[in-house]
Amino acid sequence: MTSTCTWPCPDLSGQTAPEYALRYLHQRKGCLLVIPPLFDEANKLRYFLGSVMRLLNRAGIGSVMPDFPGVNESLQPLETQTLAHWQNCANAAATHFSATHVLTVRASAILAPPGLSGWRYAPLPAANALRTMLRARVVMSREAGREETQSRLAERGRVAGLELAGHHIGPQMFAEMESARLPDSGRLADVDQQTVGGSGLWLRAEPDHDPAQAEALAAVLAVGMAQ
Amino acid sequence: MNSATAPAGAPGNQSEVDRTLRAILVDVLGLDHSQVAAFGADTGLFGYLPELDSMAVATLLTEIEDRLTIVIEDDEVDGEMLETFGALLLFTENKHAEG
Repeated sequence: MTSTCTWPCPDLSGQTAPEYALRYLHQRKGCLLVIPPLFDEANKLRYFLGSVMRLLNRAGIGSVMPDFPGVNESLQPLETQTLAHWQNCANAAATHFSATHVLTVRASAILAPPGLSGWRYAPLPAANALRTMLRARVVMSREAGREETQSRLAERGRVAGLELAGHHIGPQMFAEMESARLPDSGRLADVDQQTVGGSGLWLRAEPDHDPAQAEALAAVLAVGMAQ
Repeated sequence: MNSATAPAGAPGNQSEVDRTLRAILVDVLGLDHSQVAAFGADTGLFGYLPELDSMAVATLLTEIEDRLTIVIEDDEVDGEMLETFGALLLFTENKHAEG
């Protein structure tokens, strides 16, 4: 059974604020915490990840994909968020939903709660995700007749934050992303695109879906969670 | 080596760069291989295909870098090299030849 619910997500004042989560309640064989990719790729992969969760539910596996403050349905301002705070939020979500496993997707690998085993789907350093958004900004500006470069934008981003791909990223998160390498996989297994088949849906200019890819990823997760 | 003005849809004549570039366009535009195989040198890209916005162009360029192991600098990216398939192919082939 699917539902959207709210969960008490830590806010920056030390309190909590409600955030939405997509949740499949079936928990007979555990609960998978799905951490969506960062920014633009979250929109492109949301339907795909929802489909994976639906398939897991059919296999008796519960899952939850929480919103993080400042993105998707959140009412919190994005420009004050930091990656360090989002890591706290991921830990809080894991505890609140009694997650037994985690799935990170692309650049959300950096948010994996340390105590959980699970998977990283096509992991990407957050710095690479930032570089693509900076490049998009340069292309857009040039089209509008403004001359910008990634290096000058980065200087500004570190001091005052930056509007990238429609997201107002604050200076601290900008600096954190810029220096973020892919963490050691630790207890997480990497799932590459070759395993899932086809080409990554984050490449698509418009959000798209591929049921075969969803089935392939769900199969990897279901087998792992049954062990 | 194939040139940017070579007739489209002749796989036997396509360079590695041509094939890779078409494969990336398939992935980014979500089109069938046959549709992208029909792209000719004059086929319009940025400014002609509404789905190819700035984020899609950035994704396209990053994917070209990754798959062909080249680096594309900011000042090399302009409307002209992105305007048509032929222009993008010529640019990419030149970068690839530079190694």
